[in-house]
Amino acid sequence: MAKTPPIRILLAKLGLDTHTVGVTVIAHALRDAGMEVIFSGLKQTPEMVANTAIQEDVDVVGVSSLSAGHMRNIPMLARLLREKGGGDKLLIVGGVIPEEDMPMLLEAGVSKIFTMGADTRDIIAYLQAWRAAQAVAAPAS
Amino acid sequence: MDRAPAVLQGDVGAGARVIRWLEDEDPRGREHLARLYPHTGRAHLIGVTGPAGVGKSSVVDIIITAYRARGLKVGVVAVDPTSPFTGGAILGDRVRMQRHAADDGVFIRSMGARGQMGGLARASFDAMLVLDAMGYDVVLVETVGVGQDELEVVSLTHTTVLISAPGLGDEVQAIKAGLMEVGDVLVLNKADRDGAHQAMSQIELALHLREISAPDATWRPPLVAATATRGEGGEAIVDALQAHRAHLEDTGEFAAQAARRAYHVFVRVLGDVARARLLDEALIRADARALIDEVRARRLDPHAAAATLSAALRIGALEPLS
Repeated sequence: MAKTPPIRILLAKLGLDTHTVGVTVIAHALRDAGMEVIFSGLKQTPEMVANTAIQEDVDVVGVSSLSAGHMRNIPMLARLLREKGGGDKLLIVGGVIPEEDMPMLLEAGVSKIFTMGADTRDIIAYLQAWRAAQAVAAPAS
Repeated sequence: MDRAPAVLQGDVGAGARVIRWLEDEDPRGREHLARLYPHTGRAHLIGVTGPAGVGKSSVVDIIITAYRARGLKVGVVAVDPTSPFTGGAILGDRVRMQRHAADDGVFIRSMGARGQMGGLARASFDAMLVLDAMGYDVVLVETVGVGQDELEVVSLTHTTVLISAPGLGDEVQAIKAGLMEVGDVLVLNKADRDGAHQAMSQIELALHLREISAPDATWRPPLVAATATRGEGGEAIVDALQAHRAHLEDTGEFAAQAARRAYHVFVRVLGDVARARLLDEALIRADARALIDEVRARRLDPHAAAATLSAALRIGALEPLS
């Protein structure tokens, strides 16, 4: 390969949650860190997001969730990703997630949850460390 | 892992992975493309281009809808600019097409241009070939918003859709050489806006001038008005696209074009490889370094230095390629 390919990430909004400021800030920060950021658009069903993640062959799916619905939508998305052959994609969540909901989301297949006030630099560092670990585990994969 | 058989059966995950390999210059991409290539050539390849802000993605959205209503499967490659500073990109084209995300007959792939000029990414055409091999009947490629001489897309597709919108200062722009010389189907989007009538007649005039300068042309590009955000115009655009395809088939151009395209892509790829190889070899030579020092010290001008080096490499006098 000529050079290290960029991390491709799908940023998604599920259901009726239309708060876009956070996801926009994160999109710009990730782009500035050299990533290719695909935005799903609003009012997406878990099925639409899973289809998009697979068509775009992203490395990471990031769900921004600020108005509940996460306990239903996010596990459904994780399951659909696995069913459609996208089980290798990293699933992360950001937004308003109550402490007591976290174990269930992590159990469902979410790798990391960033709550309100998370530093975009921490998100970038997490993704870069994940990519580096992947390259060691499966070279050129 | 061999994914070629799955790609040929239309498997979405397999096709997407091969496109990713091609984009990332992973050797598996070319291994797969070699096996898919004999199965390509069926799809109608359509380029969608025009200046930034005319609504290209929204027009692609209504084109998809109209093709789906006719039972055809549609693949889309949507290119957005890559930041030259960070290599990152925000790929937002598919937001306008997202209502097709649950439709199995539609495959949309976003692509960063990754430093390639001409409105496309280096891997855009390869991605179109993969979608063709997967069995999509129509493969659309949406370029980055283009200026007047960034029209690689014309040589890579059967049909070019050129989109304009009112209020772009078209009076002069529309008549200028470049954009208006291409386009097999012209679309004026945002036709509900002020100035749409004037823009339509300006484009008509430009088309008329084009006809005068090419009296033997057998295809007269139609002009279609659309208001994509209201879902208006898709049917008429697809009528025009289907008519153009029929015209290409009737005149034998569908096959002739494909042959020219294959040659064009071959020359471009060979040129990229040759240039990189030649520069790699040339710049590590001792005499090259000495010449570079002379140029830096302003004792020798760049043209003279390049001519000396090319003579030493026995590739003849170095005239800039046009």
